[in-house]
This record gives sequence, C-alpha cells and structure tokens, in this order.
Amino acid sequence: MSTATEAGTAPLLQMTGIVKEFPGVRALGGVDLDVRAGEVHCLLGQNGAGKSTLIKVLAAAYQPDEGTIRWDGAEVTLSSPLAAIKVGISTIYQELDLVPDLTVTENVFLGHELSRGGFSQRARANQVARDLLARLGHSEISPTRTVGSLSPAGQQIVSMARALSHDTRLLILDEPSAVLDQGEVNNLFRVIRGLTAEGVAVVYISHRLEEIRQIGDRITVLKDGITVATGLAVADTPTSKLIQLMTGRSIEYVFPPRPEGTRDSGKPVLEVRDLALSGVFSGVNLTVHAGEIVGLAGLVGAGRSEIIETVYGARRASSGTVTVDGRKLRRGSVTAAVGAGIGLAPEERKSQGLLLDQAVYRNITVSTLGRFARGGFLNSGAERRKATELTTSLDVRPTGVVRAVRTLSGGNQQKVVLARWLLRECRVLLLDEPTRGVDVGARSEIYALVRSLADSGVAVVVVSSEVEEVLGLADRVLVVREGAVVHESAATEIDESKVLDLVMEGRVA
Amino acid sequence: MSESDTARVERAAEETATRESGDGALAVLRTSAGRNLGLVVALILICVVGIVTAGDRFADVDNLITILRLASVIGVVSIGMTFVITGGGIDLSVGAIVALSSVWCTTVATQTMAQDTHWIVMVGVALAVGAGCGLVNGLLIAYGGVVPFIATLAMLASARGLAEIISNRRTQIVQVQEFRDFFNADIFGIPFLVIIFVIVAGVGWVLFNRTTFGRRTLAVGGNPEAARLAGIHVQRHTVMLYVLLGLCCGIAALMLVSRTTTGSSTHGGLYELDAIAAVVIGGTLLSGGRGTIVGTVFGVLIFTTLTNVFTLNNRSISEQSLLKGLIIVAAVLLQQRLASRKGSTT
Repeated sequence: MSTATEAGTAPLLQMTGIVKEFPGVRALGGVDLDVRAGEVHCLLGQNGAGKSTLIKVLAAAYQPDEGTIRWDGAEVTLSSPLAAIKVGISTIYQELDLVPDLTVTENVFLGHELSRGGFSQRARANQVARDLLARLGHSEISPTRTVGSLSPAGQQIVSMARALSHDTRLLILDEPSAVLDQGEVNNLFRVIRGLTAEGVAVVYISHRLEEIRQIGDRITVLKDGITVATGLAVADTPTSKLIQLMTGRSIEYVFPPRPEGTRDSGKPVLEVRDLALSGVFSGVNLTVHAGEIVGLAGLVGAGRSEIIETVYGARRASSGTVTVDGRKLRRGSVTAAVGAGIGLAPEERKSQGLLLDQAVYRNITVSTLGRFARGGFLNSGAERRKATELTTSLDVRPTGVVRAVRTLSGGNQQKVVLARWLLRECRVLLLDEPTRGVDVGARSEIYALVRSLADSGVAVVVVSSEVEEVLGLADRVLVVREGAVVHESAATEIDESKVLDLVMEGRVA
Repeated sequence: MSESDTARVERAAEETATRESGDGALAVLRTSAGRNLGLVVALILICVVGIVTAGDRFADVDNLITILRLASVIGVVSIGMTFVITGGGIDLSVGAIVALSSVWCTTVATQTMAQDTHWIVMVGVALAVGAGCGLVNGLLIAYGGVVPFIATLAMLASARGLAEIISNRRTQIVQVQEFRDFFNADIFGIPFLVIIFVIVAGVGWVLFNRTTFGRRTLAVGGNPEAARLAGIHVQRHTVMLYVLLGLCCGIAALMLVSRTTTGSSTHGGLYELDAIAAVVIGGTLLSGGRGTIVGTVFGVLIFTTLTNVFTLNNRSISEQSLLKGLIIVAAVLLQQRLASRKGSTT
C-alpha cells in the first residue's frame, strides 16, 4: 500500500511484554506491539481482550506493571497523559471527550490555549483551528461553532484537529466508525490516508473487519490480554484466519436462519399509527407481529433512534398512537410502555442503559424488582440466583453477578441489558444498535439470542447503522430517511445496494 | 435447558457464592466495614481526647446520655438526608423545615386549641408540615425542573420566614403536659429521644438496604437516565425522597420541641450543614448512587461527641466551626482517594 509496509522500516513505537494488572484481573499478560511511521496498524480482539487497556497504557492513562516502551528508538517512561501527548501520542477515545458548550477552537486548544502574556489569542487560535480543519478536509466546520451543535462525525473531526494541534506522530483511534454512517466512514478514511501520507502512524481499533481490509496495513491480534499475532499484513491474511485468531475457534459471521412460513398470520403485537415527533419525524406506521423481527435502516440522524424512543415513551410524541396487544399507551410515559411489556436496549449503553457502578445482578433485576419483593422487602438471594441463571445461559464473562457492570466489556454489558428484558418477559423488544461496540464472536451470539427471543413470541424492532445487520437479522425492513419511512418490504426482497440507494437518495436508482 | 447447561448454571452459582464469601472478607474490608472501621477509630480517638482532657466530666453516664440526646435530633434529619443525597439530590432547607414544624405545632398547642390540645394533634401537625414542605421541594425539583440547590435554598428562606410570621418571632412554650411526658420519658434509663433515633435509623437501614425503595434510590442517584429507561418512575421517586426527608424533619421538630419545651423560628439553625456533613463523613457519595445509613449514624456521633468535648473544655463555638469545616474537607478528600482506587479495569 505504501513504503511503510516494507520490511526494514524502523518502528516508531515498540511495546514489549506489557503487563497490566487490576485487583483480581490480569488485563494484559504480556503484549507486544510495534507501529511504524506512516502505517495504519489495526488492533483486533474481542471485547475484553485488552485493547482498551492497551491503548490506555499507550496514552499513559495507566502505568504498565511490567514491559518496556521504546519510542523512536529510545526507551521511554510515559509518566502521565500529558507526557504521552508531549512525545506525540494522541488518543481519540470511543466516547469523545469534548466540552459541548465550548466552541470548536476552544476545544481544539483545550489545555494548551494560545496566549501571550496571559491574554488569549483568539484570532490566531481560530486561524490555526481553521487550518487544521482544512488539513482534515473539513473547512466547512466553522471554528466558532459550539461543538454540541455538530454531528458525531463533526465532533470526531474536532477531536482529530485537537490531536493534530499537538504535533502528533502517533494517532490512536478507538472504534472511530462506531458513531458514523457509511458516507462519513469513507470521509474518515480519506482523512486517515492524508495523515499517513504525512508520516503519521495510526493505531486503528474496529470490530468491522471489512473496514480493516479497506484502511489497514498491518494487524495485531489480542486475545485474553496476550498478543496472539503481530504485524500480519492485511493483504495476506484471510478473514477466517483473523476470526480464528481472535476467538481461538473457527466461526462464521452468521445470522440465524429465519423460521419457515409467514409471520403475519398472528395478531399484531405492536401497532404504531401516524406517529410524529415535531421537527424529527412524522407519519410513521409500524406493525410488528409476535415472533417477527422488524429492522429500521437509515443514516445516523435520520430519525431511527428517535422513532423507537418515542414508541417507548422516552420522548413525547406530538401526534399518533402506539398500541400493544390492542391497548393504547399513554403518550410520553416510559412506565406505561414498560407496564405494557415493551423493553428498550438503548443506543448509549453506558449512559442510558446501565448503572455502571452497581452489581450485574442489580442491573438485571432493576426493571423487575417487584417480582423479587414481598411487601417492598427484597429477596436478594433470589435476585442473585435468577441473575446467575441468566448470565450463565447468555455466557456473560467474567462470571459472578456481584461484580460491578463497569468491569465488563461492551458485548457482555449488552448481554446484561438483554438479560434484564429477558427476565421481564416482554412482549415487544426495541433494540437500538444492539451490536455497537460488540466483537464478532459475541455478535453472532446476540443475533442468535434475538432470533430465539422472536421465536418465543416476542415482537422485535432492531435499529442499526449496518445495513448488513438489518438485512441479515430482520424479517421485514423499513428504510427511514429524513424522518419518514420511504420503503417497507420483506428483508429477502431487498439487497444492500438498494437499501443504500434508498438511504442516500430516497429512491432506488 | 440441557443437562450440561444446568450443570453450568450450578457451577456458576457456586462460583458466585464462593466469590462472595471469599472476596466477601476482602470486599467488606474495602467497602462498608472498612470505611465504618475508620469511623469507629475516629470516634474512639475523640473519646480518648475527651477522657484525657475532661476526665470524669466526659466519661460520665449523664454526659454520654446528653451526647446521645443531642445526636438524636440531628441524627433523624441525617437519616433522611442520606436518602436524598444517595438519590442524587441535596436539601438545604432541613433546618428551616424543623423551625416551621416546631412553630406550627406549638402554635396549635398555645393558641388555637391551647391547653385542650391533645398531644397527638401536635404530632400530626408537625409531621404534616414537614412532609408538606418536603412535597413542595420534591415537586419543584422533580416536575418543575428546578435544581435541588435552588429549590431548597428558596424553601430555606421562605419556611423560616413563614415560621417568623406565625410565631411573631416569639418563643412559644408548650404547656401540654402529656406531650412533654411522652417525649421526655426514659425507658430503662435511656431517653425516649434516643430510642426514636434508634428506631428511625433502624427503619432507615431496612428501607435503604432491604427494599425496592432503597434499591430504586441507588438507581435514580447512580444514573437517572438509565433508571428512567429501565421503567423506574424517577420523578415520583424523587418526590418521595424529599417527602421522606420532610417527614424526618417533622419528627426532629417534635424531638426538639420536647427537649426545649418550646417552639421557635430559630430552631434548627445550621442543621443543613450538620446533616450534610454527617452524611458525607459517613461515606455517602455527594454525587449520588452510593450511600450508607450506618456511616451516617457514625458521622452524627462523631460530630456531636466532638462538640461535647469542645464544650467541656470551654472552647468557643468559633473553634468548633473551624474544626468541623476541616473535618468535612478531610472526609471528602479521603472519600475521593478511595473512590479513585477502585477504578475500572477496562
């Protein structure tokens, strides 16, 4: 792809035998990683494999217990995140760390504001920010805009501009595509290629193997905190080998088979009529039968998440009705929705779905507390037993329901959210980006779980940015574009390119 | 479920059980008991200082009972405050609510119905006034969207103002003998006020640790958005938390009226400071989501004993305030160290 991939280039960064332990957990048990200038080095591994810990060590947010880090040929000790930034290592975390109420420029120079004699140099800062944005190919973003008003893609660009404002030589991107739709991902790739051409090294973390094919030069694979393969050339490594390395077994990226026969025979469980949320979407009709999975495809920001959040009562509809089993729900009431048997696995698992500092079992039983109580008094033993049963059947790892949910990886956290609604035995399950931040192995498990839920008679609605996921998992597909449903058909009657046409153009080209 | 699945469930359940007992000892030391141990040590230290500096005057049964009686009133308020703070809120108006409750119930006893007042009526009025103020706070915060700091600051000002209007700024002396007899009784040498505190703390502990109400309080304080999406009625729960605290203020007002035999608009001065401090020293997170009733009880005892030791040594109120402030800062700094050490692993 570029000269950087040729053998013999001295590594910019070389990590050897990195060990990091937390009380009771050996997060990294000897990791090696070498990154060359100008390459895109992909870091692969299932959730819990240690990727996040590794990049935190690299960004000096954590100090390694053992191992050496060589930077530009010399051994270094990075004592603080600031020290890492100073040598030229910048990290863009999955959850962007921007201050929404400040402007683009203020965010770019946060912590190293341009000043002279104590007075900030706003005009110069704006100019530099404008240059950085232009270098990233996004001169349309005004430096004086507040960051909160930008789309997730725009915010990511601001994060990258911030990284570049410190003479970055190594840029770490933790699942940058998770918040982006296809067009934005292509744009991101263009930006990354521009940076590598200037000699910047990029460590790229993603669960999407097809992205790694597109952008990556070399791959390092982690499993259970240990490097199982390092420096694999992307071009020479088949996907099956990567999956085998990550999981330690050969699995296919598969969707469970759809059951035979039609699904429309049963009575509709969820009926949405002319639902509207002013300024966001309008005229949405949606019928889901028992045992059916309906997928909502569309771009981020098209209104998909808002639709299911409105169905759930988390947003108050401006007009229209939601009926479950023939009973109309009160508008804008989550309690009414939950009472009628609707469950939601929200898009932002950490901020909307989980009580991160609390035990796994408490997260599972939080929606069904009444069932474990008599006269308001809880039977915690029964809670834990039931939670243990569920986490075992869903294969949540590590085991143990009294540990804080925070200590689990993304895929396992998602299983905890699903366990909550499994326990509730809902009639309708709304899943918003169910596999976001979930690795390949756990994905198949979650797909199978969703299908088995449907088979048990639950009506499922899935929202996803990945067209392949919607088409593979759902029985019926609705395409949402700019707040309106532009297409509805059986999943087998439409293919990926048609969906993309509809998403982009609103019609089949 | 197949046979092997069943076996796995059992194995995992066993693992959980062993982890709980195995880690149990460690976890208990690191968390609740460990923190409580620190509080016990602090309390013992203060007692040692008391014995050394004031000798028999401190280690006297009457003095210890005085400490407990003083601790009881603020203790009842602090138990309620533990719920509100754990639920992600704060209440600055507790002292003013205590004053208003005391004035209102003594007005009933001295003017409206005078000597004919049945003491139960006084109890009912005080509790109703306390709960009513809590309800106003709760509604403003949960449904009005006013931040707790501001809503309760407004209540602080207006409740005390109303108390002054009702009482004409006069101290009202209670003549209802049955009321005084009931609250000032001793049971096996233990003042009834102390017993009330023990009961409130006990009920509070059960409510906090063993009921759906307590669990929901943790959820609402820990992550209100997740709690809402999980189907918890966050707004209603928030209102209940403030009503509960208001009720505690009503109880505290009754205790104060019986101890001083008066109702006054100056009652409960700086109670908000003492209650919040006791809760924080006890180990409840000011940001919500984690709390401890046992810790709060220790926090109250530490503060009251400290005041007593100072008073016995004829130290000024100003010096007491200074030291209290330092203790609060030290407790919060320590809490943050503990919180950051148990950081995440992913």
